[in-house]
Amino acid sequence: MVPTSYYVGVSAVLFVIGALGVLVRRNPLVIFMSIEIMLNAANLAFVAFGERHGSIDGQALVFFVLCVAAAEVAVGLAIIVAIFRLRRRLSVDELSLMRG
Amino acid sequence: MTAGLVTFWILAVVAVASAAGVVLKRNPIHSALFLVVHLATLAAFFLKMRAEFLATAQVIVYAGAIAILFVFAIMVLIPGREETGTDALRSQRLLAVPVAGLLLVLLAVMLRSTLFAGAGPKTSVAGGVATIGRTLFTDYLYPFEVTSVLLLVALVGVIALAKRRVA
Repeated sequence: MVPTSYYVGVSAVLFVIGALGVLVRRNPLVIFMSIEIMLNAANLAFVAFGERHGSIDGQALVFFVLCVAAAEVAVGLAIIVAIFRLRRRLSVDELSLMRG
Repeated sequence: MTAGLVTFWILAVVAVASAAGVVLKRNPIHSALFLVVHLATLAAFFLKMRAEFLATAQVIVYAGAIAILFVFAIMVLIPGREETGTDALRSQRLLAVPVAGLLLVLLAVMLRSTLFAGAGPKTSVAGGVATIGRTLFTDYLYPFEVTSVLLLVALVGVIALAKRRVA
């Protein structure tokens, strides 16, 4: 059996990669993908801890994370498309104002 | 090294490499395809930890719905023109690398705790549909119902955003 710390270690590395992607990329789509990577890293840790404690609760929490991720991507992509229709350019650095 | 460990390391390498591909590739389409590989690897991880329902849900929701949504959005938004030109925040972006390294060091220090050492009990719970469904509809009934409201709000919000006419 694989030790829990291995899974959590992979999860930590994936989370850092996702955080780095959010920080360095300018394309909002790729930033969203990086957020998905971070959510997945958290999911991996949840399932690993659930397995360690012989409990199903970790998997139930991952189910809720899946729902939140689906809602987040749908709304986020709709906002990105709306912004693109308004500006014709895609860069998060230009979107520093809350009003159009 | 047991077969379980070998599978783990193969999956770990693929997961980390595909995640790095998402972040490093300049073309968003390539990033999206790497994301599909990454999500599939995560599903394999879930399967390895006896979370069968989650592995299936991961493939359907992430690799099916979310990845398709990403590719669709990229096609609509015409990639390739962004991330060109001068980078006004270049110094901040360079600073991001040591900050991420620091985060990794902090997490590594945390992981050295004895809390995570060794494997769990031998009696691992199989996360089939029956087990997880029973948990969702008893212990987590209220959060589960709230989830339906969340998805409904997201649905209405997306329609409202997409319908708005921008002159």
